[in-house]
Amino acid sequence: MIRVQREDFDVGAEMAALGAAGEVGALASFVGLVRGRDGDAQIGAMTLEHYPGMTEKKLAEIEAEARRRWALEDCLIIHRYGRLEPGERIVMVITAASHRQAALEACAFLIDWLKTSAPFWKLEERGAGEEWVEARAADDRAADKWAAAKK
Amino acid sequence: MKLLYFAWLKQKIGIGEEDITLPEDVATLGALVEWLKRRGPGYGEALADLSVVRFAVNQDFAGLDQALSDDDEVALFPPITGGRRQGGGG
Repeated sequence: MIRVQREDFDVGAEMAALGAAGEVGALASFVGLVRGRDGDAQIGAMTLEHYPGMTEKKLAEIEAEARRRWALEDCLIIHRYGRLEPGERIVMVITAASHRQAALEACAFLIDWLKTSAPFWKLEERGAGEEWVEARAADDRAADKWAAAKK
Repeated sequence: MKLLYFAWLKQKIGIGEEDITLPEDVATLGALVEWLKRRGPGYGEALADLSVVRFAVNQDFAGLDQALSDDDEVALFPPITGGRRQGGGG
């Protein structure tokens, strides 16, 4: 399941919903938050812009790839957009499987891939100005390791 | 053809989307980008360094050699920024 939304989400309620099916023995989750600090620099709020339509399409492709590689009972990706303050939730991935290994690996795969292939851009508020965040080579490397490990 | 611009490309060009008629002599994404560069000063500035611009045709990532037709949706945007500094435990 894919949800792209402005609103916040309830981590506990979403996990309970995915774990409700009797076959599920393991739930793995990742929640990404807005950091308020970059080294010594204080950062204010940020605005997350996305490409409506393509975002949902890319997230659905990533979900399908995770389901192809691992035996998942269920899977949920929620990604927010709009203006977010430090400490607010941005993204959540939950994977549900019979056993922990599939749930943990698929969860790590999903978050690494969505960071490099879902069309989101971040505008940070720093001091008096705003700054578009540039792409990060470390994210590409994190996603590449899954390409190398393709099953 | 529908054109979409995101993030700082939208700011430099001054609009988020527009409808154009694909010129007859523009057959590829690369040719469209060259045509757009001459469309106005904001376009020229936004597209001056193509190493920091990415493209999608009909909501799939595309390269400059991609062939185009007039009913395509073409998007121009910076590289995706999922993780640097803020968010997502990056």
